[in-house]
Amino acid sequence: MLSVKNLHASVDGKEILRGIDLEVGAGEVHAIMGPNGSGKSTLAQILAGREGYQVTAGTVRYLEQDLLMMAPEERARAGVFLAFQYPVEIPGVSNALFLKTGLNSIRKQRGLPELDAMDFLQLLRDKMKLLGMDDTLLQRAVNEGFSGGEKKRNEILQLAVLEPKLAILDETDSGLDIDALKLVADGVNGMRNPERAIVLVTHYQRLLNYIVPDQVHVLSQGRIVRSGGAELALELEQHGYAAIEDQGAAHASA
Amino acid sequence: MPTATKQLDELIGREYRHGFYTTLETDTVPRGLNEDIIRMISARKNEPEFMLEWRLRAYHHWLTMAEPQWANVHHPAIDYQDISYYSAPKSEKGGPRSLSEIDPALLRTYEKLGIPLKEQEVLAGVAVDAVFDSVSVATTFKEKLAELGIIFCSFSEAVQQHPELVKQYLGSVVPYTDNFFATLNSAVFSDGSFCYIPPGVRCPMELSTYFRINAKNTGQFERTLIIADRDAYVSYLEGCTAPMRDENQLHAAVVELVALENAQIKYATVQNWYPGDKEGRGGIYNFVTKRGECRGANSHISWTQVETGSAITWKYPSVVLLGDNSVGEFYSVALTNHYQQADTGTKMTHVGRNTSSTVLSKGISAGHGQNTYRGQIKVLAGAENARNYTQCDSLLLGDQCSAHTMPYIEVKNPSARVEHEASTSRIGEDQLFYCTQRGIAPEEAVSMIVNGFCKAVFQNLPMEFAVEAQKLLGVSLEGGTG
Repeated sequence: MLSVKNLHASVDGKEILRGIDLEVGAGEVHAIMGPNGSGKSTLAQILAGREGYQVTAGTVRYLEQDLLMMAPEERARAGVFLAFQYPVEIPGVSNALFLKTGLNSIRKQRGLPELDAMDFLQLLRDKMKLLGMDDTLLQRAVNEGFSGGEKKRNEILQLAVLEPKLAILDETDSGLDIDALKLVADGVNGMRNPERAIVLVTHYQRLLNYIVPDQVHVLSQGRIVRSGGAELALELEQHGYAAIEDQGAAHASA
Repeated sequence: MPTATKQLDELIGREYRHGFYTTLETDTVPRGLNEDIIRMISARKNEPEFMLEWRLRAYHHWLTMAEPQWANVHHPAIDYQDISYYSAPKSEKGGPRSLSEIDPALLRTYEKLGIPLKEQEVLAGVAVDAVFDSVSVATTFKEKLAELGIIFCSFSEAVQQHPELVKQYLGSVVPYTDNFFATLNSAVFSDGSFCYIPPGVRCPMELSTYFRINAKNTGQFERTLIIADRDAYVSYLEGCTAPMRDENQLHAAVVELVALENAQIKYATVQNWYPGDKEGRGGIYNFVTKRGECRGANSHISWTQVETGSAITWKYPSVVLLGDNSVGEFYSVALTNHYQQADTGTKMTHVGRNTSSTVLSKGISAGHGQNTYRGQIKVLAGAENARNYTQCDSLLLGDQCSAHTMPYIEVKNPSARVEHEASTSRIGEDQLFYCTQRGIAPEEAVSMIVNGFCKAVFQNLPMEFAVEAQKLLGVSLEGGTG
């Protein structure tokens, strides 16, 4: 579904990604781990189409399309979703209106009829119940005055409503207490199915106790230095990034 | 230029949609201003002697005045002798008795603007007094209102039919000596709307007026006078659009509101005059004096305005709170795009005891637009327990525009409580990306973010007007991305 080949990217002339190769198939869950500054959030942002990054080499194919040529809204409509590390506040715009506008843009692209207000609210209520979310979040402005946990859960709600083909979660676990983490993990696990791919970007192994990945990749200084199964995350937990980075460096120079 | 900024620039670059004008035979007086012109205007309108005298007093006072320079706006000098001060469609002479008598070209103009009078009459239940250039051409629902004793007619008609009311209230809120533009208006005003709600009557429908400038080189000087007698209530809507012009056109209107004991007046404006083109050529100079007087105890006046048009807007809808416990409100959205300039705000003057006022101003600047909020809160010595709350928020789109906030506060009574809050923000790349990542098109995202920013003001507009205002903001911001 997603095929990243030799991706190089920089910000303001500084190279952040230095040759990423990544293959994610439908139905798979991949975890991308790495220390701060390793480039994992940059990768997530570039996949979603954020401005401000210069891709200097490499390709990204998504469902047989050149993802890098598509505008952010085209990617979203084609089924790419990014759960933001820092969800953005939009004062005065209700959460419900925001999501309805997004969902209908995506449905239109897929040739589905737009949902009217009643059907949409029903859908939203059902999804919120699944996530144990409070109805009042609907009428509040997008992320305005939300607690850290509410913002992250709101991202998962959007994920559940928009039903993307490729979901990228950028540090969705950061700043969550254990109860909130479980709720978020349940939400994501509920989204796992053979047609959907999920990429989890995370610093800590903790989230992977609840969402068990098919593959784990360790990112260091803009490169994937190791890939493995779920057990790789446990190894990281025990030995820290430094050990793996050293191995990676040794591997790269060998 | 960063891509996001470029995108915003494209979004806000869309051309004015109401750029057309109607070819009509008009009855226009020669350019220039002197006593003869004023006598001519008054004679054409068959006015009583007191009106002519009032006009002439205003004219002689105006000759002693200089154009104000304090506003944060810039324009080439206006040649007041190069303006024609009166223009009326010829068909007015017969006096249209129904819509069918109205020049079809005129009706088509309104239809293009989305103001189908016939439909409005039947469907919307809104009485429309349409001002085309200087003369009111259609007044609907008048009879229905008359049953309740409500007078809603053109100013000219009021002068003929209700001279005693005009004489009593004209200039009682905005005297002819008030300021340069109001004084000019007092001398030459050609028409406008008049409304009187008798004691104890609640006006059952939203009263509405659409203004439209059409003839070339014609200054437009309306005068609106609304009186809500004791325990009366009225909600009044004013909407404006104008066709495309190369020359700048002067628009100097005066609106006076009088609320007696326990009366309430809500006055809402959606102003969409021609703003000039992308390079700042053309457009309307909108120099307007709007003031309401809460004359009686417990009276209440609120102004709500959505200003998206005009090359220059110079406008401060104000309330003088004379009556004890009276309430004044000002809710404003002002958008400037391209080279538009707006210097707008309000003046709340607290005179009576326990008076309170609320000011909520939202300024949006895009392109090279310049937006200034100028507000004055004045609490006089006798105004025990006066309260004011002011909030001014500015939103910037792109990096060529500017926003200024100039609050003046003058308090002469120690029991007063005056609060002022201000903020400036920018439509961030963050917000835009968040929306587009959810599948929302960039132009729709900008419109959504801007509407969210203005929500607190739109909530004060009547429903159908709020919808129109939202669309208008979208249209004013959208670019040629389609």
